[in-house]
Amino acid sequence: MDLCQIHTDRCKGCELCVQFCPKHALEMSEGRNAAGYHPAVLTHPDLCNGCALCAEMCPETGIEIYRRQKRARHEAVDQG
Amino acid sequence: MNIAIEKQDGSPDADLKCVFERPQALSDKPFHYCPGCSHGTYHRLIAEMIDEFGLLDKTVGICPVGCAVFAYEYFETDMIEASHGRAPAVATGVKRSLPDRFVFTYQGDGDLAAIGMGEIIHAAARGERITVFFVNNGIFGMTGGQMAPTTLIGQKTTTSVDGRDPRTTGQPIRVCELLSSIEGVAYLARVPLTSPKNINTCRKYMRKAIRAQLEDVGLGLVEVLSPCPVQWGMKPGDALHHIDESVVKAFPPGEIVDRVSATAK
Repeated sequence: MDLCQIHTDRCKGCELCVQFCPKHALEMSEGRNAAGYHPAVLTHPDLCNGCALCAEMCPETGIEIYRRQKRARHEAVDQG
Repeated sequence: MNIAIEKQDGSPDADLKCVFERPQALSDKPFHYCPGCSHGTYHRLIAEMIDEFGLLDKTVGICPVGCAVFAYEYFETDMIEASHGRAPAVATGVKRSLPDRFVFTYQGDGDLAAIGMGEIIHAAARGERITVFFVNNGIFGMTGGQMAPTTLIGQKTTTSVDGRDPRTTGQPIRVCELLSSIEGVAYLARVPLTSPKNINTCRKYMRKAIRAQLEDVGLGLVEVLSPCPVQWGMKPGDALHHIDESVVKAFPPGEIVDRVSATAK
């Protein structure tokens, strides 16, 4: 699952998440949502590290951020 | 709002933990605000604070007249709609009759700095134990972009088409500096909501403004410098740059009055 979950139905296309993403993982969609806006989408999920700056700037609170827990991360490395 | 956490193959992924989601005190209703408006961000911060202090069941919010007139739709707490500018007066009544409640008002600059200036000054003079969340975007956003008392010198609005002229319309009012001479005030701070760093600073200021009420010190007020991209005629990103470049010169950010103890009691 992607670390950054965007609720595109809430998006109003203000582009603040795209401008503040330090990894440039987000882009504005060509398509439209139900309200007629071009929503932001996560186009490069591999670049996203779950820093939550996009969610912090989103005025609609339309982004949820997930992170892998530290212990689980170590175990994942051990398992190779 | 809960998304089932699943791996690519559809099996549940227990390693992933949600670190940023909609606060409990914020309802699921989508905001009616324009794209890029900081009202939504400020609503979220207030809801986060209500969750953080565990005040969800004993909060009473007072809504203003202005863009945030429907704020009662967005909080899961009790809310009262006040007449234009009279939110501090309504909050006074609620706080005096129910002193164990956390009472906050949410006001814009057309509400607090124009028609409601008398109410906020006298609420501060009485040292009412209320918390005021003040949104300053330097314009009357809801009614079509008219000049507000906080409009910058030279700023073009629908009622100052050649830019605000100080000879006929005066200088912008700095509410925090104006209230700083009153001893009933416990906490005054101003911050622009223009970056994740400033949003974090805003959280810090809001915690103190809320503690000013909970620890019975006096009135707490946090002023945020918000963009109004539609009425300023700018893109949301450009409006944030405009705040960082121009608005902060007229409204310097920082803590203006701090009579709250550094650590929580």
